[in-house]
Formats: sequence, C-alpha cells, structure tokens
Amino acid sequence: MTRIFLLGIMALILMAGLDVASAVERFPPPDFSGGHEVPVTVVPKPEPRSAGWVDVAVLALGLGAASWLSIRKRSRKGIVILSILSLAYFGFWRRGCVCAIGSIQNVALGIADPGYAVPLVVIAFFTLPLVVALIWGRSFCSGVCPHGAIQDLVLVKPVKVPTWLDEILRVFPWIHLAAAILLAATGSLFIICKFDPFVGIFRMAGPRTMLAAGAGLLVVSMFVGRPYCRYMCPYGALLGMASRFSKWRPTVTPDTCTQCRLCENSCPFGALNPPMPAKQGIERIASGRQRIVMMVVMLPLAALLFGWVGGKAGIASLPVHPDGRLATLVLAQERGELTGPAPDELAAFRKHGSEQHAVFAKAQVLESRFLTIGRLIGAAFGLAMALKLARILFPESSNDYETDHGRCVSCARCFSACPYELVRRGIPVALPKEGGGNG
Amino acid sequence: MPKNPSNLSRRDLFKSGVRGVWLLGFGSAAGFLSGRENTGETRWQIDPDKCIQCGRCATECVLEVSAVKCVHSHGMCGYCKLCTAYFEPEPINLDEGAENQLCPTGAIERKFVEDPYYEYNIIPDLCVGCGKCVKGCNMFGNGSMYLQVNHDRCINCNICAISTACPAQAFVQVPAGKPYLLRGKKEVAK
Repeated sequence: MTRIFLLGIMALILMAGLDVASAVERFPPPDFSGGHEVPVTVVPKPEPRSAGWVDVAVLALGLGAASWLSIRKRSRKGIVILSILSLAYFGFWRRGCVCAIGSIQNVALGIADPGYAVPLVVIAFFTLPLVVALIWGRSFCSGVCPHGAIQDLVLVKPVKVPTWLDEILRVFPWIHLAAAILLAATGSLFIICKFDPFVGIFRMAGPRTMLAAGAGLLVVSMFVGRPYCRYMCPYGALLGMASRFSKWRPTVTPDTCTQCRLCENSCPFGALNPPMPAKQGIERIASGRQRIVMMVVMLPLAALLFGWVGGKAGIASLPVHPDGRLATLVLAQERGELTGPAPDELAAFRKHGSEQHAVFAKAQVLESRFLTIGRLIGAAFGLAMALKLARILFPESSNDYETDHGRCVSCARCFSACPYELVRRGIPVALPKEGGGNG
Repeated sequence: MPKNPSNLSRRDLFKSGVRGVWLLGFGSAAGFLSGRENTGETRWQIDPDKCIQCGRCATECVLEVSAVKCVHSHGMCGYCKLCTAYFEPEPINLDEGAENQLCPTGAIERKFVEDPYYEYNIIPDLCVGCGKCVKGCNMFGNGSMYLQVNHDRCINCNICAISTACPAQAFVQVPAGKPYLLRGKKEVAK
C-alpha cells in the first residue's frame, strides 16, 4: 500500500519535470477545518558573547602588561600569571577564536579581494601585537597568546635542540605563512585554522586528529620549548621579523654583562646568543664587502627562483579552492577518469550548478590568480630565506650575552640566571669578575 | 672590548628607519582595510536552496554535536500523513514506531491534527543535523524542512569547518543581526 503511494509520488515528481530544486509546493498546506493554528518557526537566538571591542581591550591590556613585566619589572612570576590569565580568557573562554595567528588569513584575503571586508576586531588583532613587537619585542608571545602560554606552562624539562636542526626547522613557519597567505588570498581555505593543533583543546571538542595532534604537541612541549611557536607558527615568523627592529627588548642583565656565562643555558628556546665580537680592521672590511656582494647576488636570485617555485605551487594548489576542485572533477568526469561513485561536489553541481563552460571559465580566472599570487609570495619567501641565510653567515656583532632580537619571546626565564639581576633583587651574591667563566 | 660608537649608531639608524617603514606599512594596511565598507559582524549560515543534504554538517562541525540542526517552516508544510521526512522509504506501518522512522535519533515528533493531517515538530535537543529528513522532505515533499546553523551553539569560527567541507558551497556569511536564512514568508526569528 505505502509502496504504491510512494511510487505515485515519484510519478508525480517525474511529471513535474524532475524539478527537485528548492522548496516546491507539491502538497499545498491544508486549511484546517478544526481551526488548528500553524506554529511559527522558532530559531534560537545567538548566544550573547562579549563584544569584539572587549577582546581588543583585553588584548591591548595584555600586551601592555607583558611588555612592562618583561622589560621594566623583569618578573617571570608575573609573566606566568599573565600566561594563565590569557590562556583562560583567549583560550578556554573565547575558545581560541579570533586569534592573531589566524588573522593573517583575513588580512591576506582582505588585501587580495576588494569585496571582502575584514572585521575591525580582526584588523586590531593582526596589527596590535606587530606594532608592540616593533617597540618592545614579542610581548604577545610571552604571555598573551594562548598557544604560546599553553606550551610555555607545560615546559618542565627543556632539551636543547641542536643548532643545525633548529635552523632547519625554523624554515617551516615561513612555509606555513607562505601557504596560508596563498590559500587565504585566493579565497580557498584557511589552513592556519584548519590545522591548528590547540584550538581543539581550547574548545574541548573537535576532530580526533586535531585533538591527538594537540595532545601530542603538548607532550613534546614538556621537553622541547614551544615547538609550535618556533617551528610552526606563521605569526611568530612575522613577529620575529618585526621584533628584530624593536626599539626596546628584554636584556639578560639589568646592568652590565661580564660574560660570566652563567646565563648560557638558561634559554629553553635557543634565543640567547653568546658574544660575537665585531671583526676589526681589514677583516671587517672584507666581511662587509662579502656581505654586500652576497646580498646583491643572492636577493634577486632567491626572489626569482622562489617566485618561479611559488607560481608552480600556486597552480598545483588550484584544486584546494572549491571552484578549482569542481572544474577538476567536471573535467575528470568528462574524460571518464573518475572511478567510483560520483563525489557530492558533482551531485551539487548537476543539481544547482551553472553551465559547464562557466565552471571552466571561472577556474581559468582562478588559475591566473593562483599563479600571480603564488609568484609574489614565492618571491617574498625567497627574500626572507636569503636574509635568513645572510644572518647565519654574517651574524650581527655584540659584546655581551644577548637575547636574539627575532627569536626571544620575552618569557623572562634568563633574568634570574644573571648575578647582576640577583643583586638588583637584593639577593647577596658574589659578583663574577670580567670574563669570569674561565673559558 | 672597546665599543665602536659609529658602528652602533649606524645600525641604530638603520633599524629606526626599518621600524618606521614597518609602522607606516601596518598603518596604511590597517587604514586601507578598515576604510572598506564594513558589513559589521557576521555569522555562518546555510543557504537552504544550495544544500544537497550530503550529511557532512553532522560530522564536520568542530563541536561534539554539530551546531547545524533541522528547522521546520510549518507554514510550508503539507501536513502529509505519509511524510517522507518522517518515515523511512518502506515503512512497515504508518505509525510512530521507531522502526518506521527515518530520523536516527528520533528527533521528529508526529502529532495527529485532523484526518488526514499530521503535524511534525523537530526536537532540537535530539537533532544532530544529519539532514536525512531534509533530504526526504526536499525530494518528495514541499521542502519545509531544511538545515540551519543554530546560533545558540555555533561558536562562529573564523572559518567554519563545515563550510570548507561543504560540497555545494552552501555556507555563507550573513549579518549577525539577521543570522538565519528561513524559508517561507511568515517566519520570524524569535
């Protein structure tokens, strides 16, 4: 009986020209003789949440506090308390969204696509930490960023990562940044959010792989200081670049450095540089000349090479964009290369989609966008890598033990290793003599 | 080690210059972006006309139970006795027995109104957003049932995880003041 009824319905639909598109009135709403009242659809109201400007205010306050604690107050305890507060607010209360790291993507999309208006809150989250980095260094990383805080707080037994490995791994944030900008600027995907390891922990929910990655990274963070910040974070790469030119930054010693070497192993993040005496006389001139030659040759070469690579990578990532993916799938089906059941994308396209040639035309425009943006980002990536290499080959001279201008995350750990700091705090210690480490 | 004042000042000058360029860059970028006509806050929502009920809303949301749930516009409903959103394709009986229901969580309530009309109500607490009923309703019925992001649960991620998995590109960002895309004229968000 019911089967016949169903078949009848199906016949009805077939007669209607297979119009299975949106909302069709196949069965007119009845007029109830009993005067039944048709209920009105009720949809839940948005959850009241703190307005965006509250988050911006908390961010600004946090940045100010972190800068003051790391540079003026020189208090590790203060930074730890601030980290816990930030982790609670930006992490568990706001559930990790929106964050400065992810804001890179909104800004990239905003610059590339005039039709996209970046929310003012997101612009503030992107700019404030960078501006602060230009003035006081990476205060954001030290105690405001929930990602940094969660890793920093679980660090119990830091292991030193060998310098060569550290240098290699520190390339990954730049690759992450380049890929994120390319995919965001083309409107394809926000990979920073998609592959964020900690946001699942903040929400205490999420895909199993994300939660597993987060838990795994936290375990690693117990022994390797801030692995996400150092080897993955794309915003950290930007902050590092800005922080190299900061006006003030934390210094190991509050007073003078006597190269006593007591602080040498106090930094768990490989961000403390031993003295690097400036070359003198003829050597200095030769080194300067080498550096200039290298810059003149390397910079354009690296920009060209990586620009070419970026273009290739851009074209290759076309299927990440929904329109690119659809065109690829339609083409594959056309050629009979598609095996297995047709993907949902094609089903949706057949149901509501436009003409086939329109899909291809769209993909073609998209492809040229991917090529241009890929080349630009590739070139910028090349320049960054060349500058990185130059910094390794020709390190900046300094007479004292100094925090690395780009890498120091202002965590305030090294201070207490310095005897002058202990004196400053009123703890009686014997001050080492100049060059007192005895090699 | 004697300090070399000229060297230091040159380096400082260079750094100040670069710092200035950076600040200028940030300032102009921020100004450029914020000068754009801003639509204000947005929320994620499903365009019911684009949705193909693939079922990913139930599995791709970052929340343990998806923020996407079925919404029923009663004004469009045919009040069918044999509701293809309520009954599985070949029901044994046309009654409320669990074996006859299409919904895997029993989230649709069926109430007799008058012969031959029945009213169907979604129980939001039970709905997981799988869209099985929506598919049934859209295929054979009026399409009065459709999926919507419920904003009491949605945490408004920067990029909605379901939107990146949606094969029909049905996820759109709508103004926060009007966060639902309801079907039917008389429907009002309460």
